[in-house]
Amino acid sequence: MSSRIVHIASNTFREAVRDRVLYNLIAFALLMSGAAIFVGQVSFGIERLVVVNLGLTAVSLFGIVIAIFIGIGLVSKEIEKRTLYTVLSRPVQRWEFIVGKFFGLAGTLAVNTALMAIGVFAALLYVSHRFHAPDGWIIVALYFIVLQFLIMTALALFFSSFASPLMAAVFAFALFVIGNFAEDLRGFAAMTHGVQRWLATGMAYLLPNFSAFNVITSVAHAQPVGGSLIFYNTLYALVYTATALSAGVLIFQRRNLK
Amino acid sequence: MPRAQKVTLVASLALVLCLSASVMLLGPVDRARPQATLEEVLYLPSPKVLKHMSLGYEGLLADIYWTRAVQYFGGHLTQDAPTFKLLAPLLNIATQLDPHLVVAYDFGANFLAPPPPNGAGDPQEAIRLTNFGIQNNPSEWRLYYNLGFIYYIDLKDYAAASDAFLRGANIPGAHPFMRVLAARCAEHAGELDTARMLWIATYQSSKNKEIRANAMAHLRALKVDDDIGHLDVLIAQFHNRTGRFPSSFAELQIPGLHGATPVDPIGYPYKLTPDGRVELEHPEDFTFAEKGLPLGYKPSAIAKFLPSDYN
Repeated sequence: MSSRIVHIASNTFREAVRDRVLYNLIAFALLMSGAAIFVGQVSFGIERLVVVNLGLTAVSLFGIVIAIFIGIGLVSKEIEKRTLYTVLSRPVQRWEFIVGKFFGLAGTLAVNTALMAIGVFAALLYVSHRFHAPDGWIIVALYFIVLQFLIMTALALFFSSFASPLMAAVFAFALFVIGNFAEDLRGFAAMTHGVQRWLATGMAYLLPNFSAFNVITSVAHAQPVGGSLIFYNTLYALVYTATALSAGVLIFQRRNLK
Repeated sequence: MPRAQKVTLVASLALVLCLSASVMLLGPVDRARPQATLEEVLYLPSPKVLKHMSLGYEGLLADIYWTRAVQYFGGHLTQDAPTFKLLAPLLNIATQLDPHLVVAYDFGANFLAPPPPNGAGDPQEAIRLTNFGIQNNPSEWRLYYNLGFIYYIDLKDYAAASDAFLRGANIPGAHPFMRVLAARCAEHAGELDTARMLWIATYQSSKNKEIRANAMAHLRALKVDDDIGHLDVLIAQFHNRTGRFPSSFAELQIPGLHGATPVDPIGYPYKLTPDGRVELEHPEDFTFAEKGLPLGYKPSAIAKFLPSDYN
């Protein structure tokens, strides 16, 4: 990776920290500690289930919100503050700017997730008193959540390369919701005929498939996650992220910044 | 080549290659997590909880679960020795989310009650689902028809079937068959004819292609049972008259055939065995037939539907 990309990425990370993005951890910590204490008193036999479900869902939602709302502002904010012109007047290419921004936000989300993961495991230890072997699958679920963040960050950047922040947020959030129903979308496509079938199938394959990343429920039930799923999900997340980034670079490359 | 053009070219290539790769990866991803989404249904504490969690979008969620139910059934129908353990919970969730989803009750009545391989083999669950449908849609005569159908075909409870048909017949706009079916069930007469009427009514009144194909396959099988029943009578009469079995159908002098060999509903000639039994040329095409099966024939574990069943 070029040093320019590393610089942009580290600046993006620092900026996110300065913007108090990591303050969400306080809310998360309160949620998890409250849930751990409360669940132990009101539920019988499903404490672990509730803590894992709630913890991983919170990690996912907090991260998605950050990925969307920080991601959509990464380009537009720089244009608005006119700092983009300073950056691009140096020997920095536009694609390096986009890729650097992506790695900066992805890094922020990875650190954020790692800190939240500590919270989830602490709450789990509080309710279960000790760790069990199947708890290891929670790490896989967290890894899948990070893969989702990579895709969402790339998509938010892609939209922010041409749309206004508000529209970019709407588009990114809509894709997140649709992506979670990707399998059903393919199901609907399979039930249609003719041109509609081709259109629906094409859409279903082009839109991101987030449903395969969601293993929260099965992990909460201590069910293992297959090695092949981990491998293919990783590959899928990487190529889809690269797709969205390439599209973002293409648009940003041709965008008139005057 | 200018640097900007080079970046555009590389980004375009990366876009096309990565997009193609992501589309191709969806297949392996799906195979790596078979049924994962559907099996999550088993973890749901109750459809009522799901309704609260849907934040008011329960109609859309019901449609999604209904689609999942149809796909689940279609996907398992082609498997060897299929079981449909998720069909009831899926339909249960879909109808709890949208109690007016009449098509889901229809589907449940047709495919929850029959024994495998053609259904989940759970008539009590089918009755429970249908009664829930009636409770929420009291003006839908089809639901009473479905209830009577389950009692008649699957449980052989003719009094309950008659009662259900009669209740449905009193609803404005009900199919004229309903009153006739109620009477026939009360008399418990002419079972083959009654069954035929039931399947014809199912075929005519449903728009769901799986339900219609199922009805058509049953009607074909009923025609075979009817044909062979008549042929058996003629063969028995011939045997009584001559003391031997006929060597060909021509010897039977079947009215209207002028010595020709009778054919099954698909057009294949029936076979006459030396010991006076009538057999189907292709029994595998008549999953639901009870007569005409060769000795020692083991029916397939997969219900077979012909392309013509879907017309």
